[in-house]
Amino acid sequence: MTQTNAPQKTVLNETHRALGAKMVDFGGWDMPLNYGSQIEEHHQVRRDAGMFDVSHMTVVDLHGERVRPFLRYLLANSVDKLVKPGKALYTCMLDPQGGVIDDLIVYYLGETFFRLVVNAATRDKDLAWITQQAASFAVEVKERPELAMIAVQGPQAREKALGVLAEVDRARIAKLGKFSAAAAQTADGGAALFVARTGYTGEDGFEIIVPEDKAVALWNALLAAGIRPAGLGARDTLRLEAGMNLYGQDMDETVSPYEAALAWTVALDEGRDFIGRGVLEAQKTAGAPRRMIGLVMDEKGVLRHGQVVLTANGEGEILSGTFSPTLGKSIAFARVPAGELPLGSAGNVRVDIRGKHVPVRVVAFPFVRDGRPQEGI
Amino acid sequence: MSEIPGDLKFLKSHEWARVEGDGKITIGISDHAQGLLGDLVYVDLPAVGDRVEAGNACAVVESVKAASDVYTPITGTITAVNSALADKPETINEDAYGEGWIFVVEAEEPDQLNDLLSPDDYAELLEDEDH
Repeated sequence: MTQTNAPQKTVLNETHRALGAKMVDFGGWDMPLNYGSQIEEHHQVRRDAGMFDVSHMTVVDLHGERVRPFLRYLLANSVDKLVKPGKALYTCMLDPQGGVIDDLIVYYLGETFFRLVVNAATRDKDLAWITQQAASFAVEVKERPELAMIAVQGPQAREKALGVLAEVDRARIAKLGKFSAAAAQTADGGAALFVARTGYTGEDGFEIIVPEDKAVALWNALLAAGIRPAGLGARDTLRLEAGMNLYGQDMDETVSPYEAALAWTVALDEGRDFIGRGVLEAQKTAGAPRRMIGLVMDEKGVLRHGQVVLTANGEGEILSGTFSPTLGKSIAFARVPAGELPLGSAGNVRVDIRGKHVPVRVVAFPFVRDGRPQEGI
Repeated sequence: MSEIPGDLKFLKSHEWARVEGDGKITIGISDHAQGLLGDLVYVDLPAVGDRVEAGNACAVVESVKAASDVYTPITGTITAVNSALADKPETINEDAYGEGWIFVVEAEEPDQLNDLLSPDDYAELLEDEDH
C-alpha cells in the first residue's frame, strides 16, 4: 500500500506551490487544499470559472472484443445506455454482497474500447478487482498513469476553455452534449486532449484529460484564459452542495447504492446478470435497511462527519457535512434507519453537536444547482 | 506568514494574549492557527461577565474544515467580546493579531502571564512543528 510511503505528486505539483497553494495529503497524493481562501474559490466556480488538478484520479482503458459484455457484468448501471461513441455514464461497481467498491464514470469510445475514470484512493483495489473480473472476458485492462486531468468548472468555464483549443476544434467541442466526450487539440502546439463535458461541482464545464508532459502548458493556458485555480477544499463544498457523493465518506463496501441515494444509477434491466444484482433485487423488494437523506442546519455551527443523528426511526450519522458557502449555513448527508421522514423541520431530526441536540431540516438534494439554491433549501 | 508582534505572549495551543494599558488582557488566536484552520465561518463567543479559569475552553472558532476550542491563558472575568466576529468571522483570517481579537479578560492573577511563551519561544515551537 502507499500509505507509509511519501505522498505521490501530480505533474502540476510545482505549479500549485508556485501559485501559493496550501498542500495536503489526500488519499496518498500531495494535493492543493486551497490557494488562499477555499470560500473565494468556491464562489469563483459558482459565479465564473475555476479549475482543479484531478490528475490523481485513475484512468483505466479497456480493450477487447467483449468489452461491452464485460461491463454489463461489472457495473450496476447499464452500458447499453451508451449507444453513441463519446457518451459517458456514472455508475457504481459492486461486490457480490451489493456493497460499493467504487463509483466511476465509464466512457464509450468504440465497440472494443471503453474508458473508466475511477477514484485515486481506491486505485489498487479497483485495478485488482477489474483485472480479476476481466480475465474470463479476455479484456485487456490498461492503466494510463501518464495521463493528467484538469477539471474546468463554472458558468463561464466552457467559453473560456474553448479559447485554448485549436481553432478547428472549437465549434465541435462547443456543441458537445452533457456527459459526452470528444478528442481535441490545444491551440499552441497540438497536445492531444480528451475533453468531456462532465464534472463534480454542479456547474457546467469540462474535464480534460491531457498527456502529462503537456499538462503544465495546458494549465497555464487556462490560467491565462481567466480560469482561476481552486483546491480540494472548494471541490468538496461544491460537490456536496451539488448533492454528489464522495466515495469512502458517503458510501463504501458496507453500503448498497440504495442506501447511498444512488438508486438512479442502478439498472435492473431484463436479463442482465451483474455483480451484486441478487442483493439489490432483494433490497428493492424488501426495502433497504437504511437510507441517505439531505440535511440543512439553520442554527450556527457546522455539521461534520461522524456526528450522531437522532430521528423518529432511530439513530444515524452524518456522512459528508460542511459549511455551504452558497447558502451561508451548514449542509450534510446523513445515513439513517429506513422509514419516512417528513421534509423540513416536521422531520423532527436533530444532530448531536458537542452534546447539544441541534434541530435540522430534512431536504431533497441537490442543495444548489447551476449557481442557485434549490427550492425548499 | 505575518510577523509575530513583540508585545504578545502565547499558549502552546496557539492563543495569544496582550496586556493592554488598563491592565486588562486581550485574547485571540495566532496567525499560524488561523492558517491551519482555513476560512473561518463561525465564532462562538463567551458572555461578558463570565468568570473563566486559565486553561478553560471559553470560545469556539469554526472553519469549513474544523472546529477548535479557544482556551483562556488567564483566570478572571470577561469584560468584552468582539461581537463583530459574529458577522465577519473571516476578520480572524485577515488580521489575527489586530481586528481579529476574540475576548478581553480582567485578570485575577496577572502572574499567570509569566507561564506563557514569548514571541521567540512561540516562533521556535512553530518551527519544531514544521519539522
